[in-house]
Amino acid sequence: MAYSDKVIDHYNNPRNVGQLDKSSQEVGTGLVGAPECGDVMRLQIKVNPETQVIEEAKFKTFGCGSAIASSSLATEWVKGKTVDEALDIKNTDIVKELALPPVKIHCSVLAEDAIRAAIGDWKKKNGVAEGEAVAQPVAAH
Amino acid sequence: MSTNIDGTISVPAGVHLPIYMDNHATTPLDPRVLEAMLPYFTEKFGNAASRNHSFGWVAEEAVEKAREQVAKLIGATAKEIIFTSGATESNNLAIKGIAEMYRERGNHIITQVTEHKAVLDTCKRLEKSGYRVTYLPVKADGLIDIEDLKRAMDDKTILVTIMFANNEIGVIQPVAEIGKLCHERGVIFHTDGVQAAGKIPVDVNAMNIDVLSLSAHKFYGPKGVGALYVRRRNPRVQISEQINGGGHERGMRSGTLNVPGIVGLGKAAELAREEMDSEMKRLAGLRDRLKAKFDGALDYIHINGSMEHRLPGNLNVSFVYVEGESLLMGINDIAVSSGSACTSATLEPSYVLKALGLGDDVAHSSIRFGFGRFNNEAEVDYVADKLIDVVQKLRELSPLYEMVKEGIDISKIEWQAH
Repeated sequence: MAYSDKVIDHYNNPRNVGQLDKSSQEVGTGLVGAPECGDVMRLQIKVNPETQVIEEAKFKTFGCGSAIASSSLATEWVKGKTVDEALDIKNTDIVKELALPPVKIHCSVLAEDAIRAAIGDWKKKNGVAEGEAVAQPVAAH
Repeated sequence: MSTNIDGTISVPAGVHLPIYMDNHATTPLDPRVLEAMLPYFTEKFGNAASRNHSFGWVAEEAVEKAREQVAKLIGATAKEIIFTSGATESNNLAIKGIAEMYRERGNHIITQVTEHKAVLDTCKRLEKSGYRVTYLPVKADGLIDIEDLKRAMDDKTILVTIMFANNEIGVIQPVAEIGKLCHERGVIFHTDGVQAAGKIPVDVNAMNIDVLSLSAHKFYGPKGVGALYVRRRNPRVQISEQINGGGHERGMRSGTLNVPGIVGLGKAAELAREEMDSEMKRLAGLRDRLKAKFDGALDYIHINGSMEHRLPGNLNVSFVYVEGESLLMGINDIAVSSGSACTSATLEPSYVLKALGLGDDVAHSSIRFGFGRFNNEAEVDYVADKLIDVVQKLRELSPLYEMVKEGIDISKIEWQAH
């Protein structure tokens, strides 16, 4: 299989590898995939409680080069975005950016799932219902 | 050997990249084989079936010499060798040809689950035309249980087809025992000998083999040529032809003979026989050297298949918690293959590894190393260092490895399969 230069770059120099403190209130963790399927991604975000901006993101991935690249790219993209903005990241954006072939599209789907799972976990911890937009900080009344 | 600042490993003297270590897939042509073949492309171009001039006689003589050379490799006589286009054709001819010829006697065929697709798909095809096929399981070490074979045989069994050595895990089946049992029961025994012929001793009489498939390009001969051994005495095996035409090869395989290819097959067989004893020891040494290096440097590695009943040139290892394709990506100057789903079109991991009872995750982590005539110790050392380096890097990236190291039982996690 021929890989795009971007996939090779993420594989050789994966961004934001590591883990954040899962028990922290500010951290959301998404663990998606299954060992039997040959892909497991763990994506974590650290969210600023005031601004809802994702200030840190870390990942670890068991999977092929495209899976590693998709999750590495996902951590780059979510950083600096608010959780709502991060939910707008689509797997097709990842496919486009990394020039993934059709047989590797599932890697991008998994990366999108990982972002959603991490945000979902953070929302749950912080009492925001799934699917509900995060309330903007309101002025004290 | 040293690691450079950018993490790459420097290439020692005597190693030329890329390194070919996938000798189960195919092997390079030995220059001595090429030399033997060359005249038969140009000045000795005759059709071996031309009976009335010297061009034909020269070609026929070369074919008959090759028939002797192939026969000698497996302890057969020249008249028992049929030339084909390769092992896929040989397997098709053997299985379909026997099934058709002995249809009156019965319709039951026994094979096993880790056979090559050339055997499995042929058997599946026969199932559609009224044959009954038993697929024996294998044990965790990749070997069949002889007791299972005994139990599977019935009065309708006409053919047992069990491979000599497996192409993925190199496991050698107990062919002599299988052959003995078949002869006691009056059942024909075919073996796909593709990975064994030219690599380890094969003796069709001592092992009671009735029909055997082999292929030249697996032992340093050319692609596109193979042979089928068909026993002529005790018992005489008959095969119904699958290609009709001029009645070549005693009517069993029509078609103008590929003379240069056959000459190459013959020469390759001769060289393999002459060099087999020393080559077996040398390859086992390379394999054990690689295994020892992995054992010394890495945890959670799993050898797939029996080490005892194994081809000298095969090592199949799962580097658990690292996915096979990502591993191949990190060693792109080394040609090996993986049982990972990601390397196949179907996204299913190797059916051979699954048949051993391995979890899919272990199958996804497997790499097959196939050592051959042109590999050396310096290459093995380079491959070992490179593999160890990449496995360690990928484990730094692996959430599974981290969890296992933290004492989490990953089999207890409810994974969201997608």
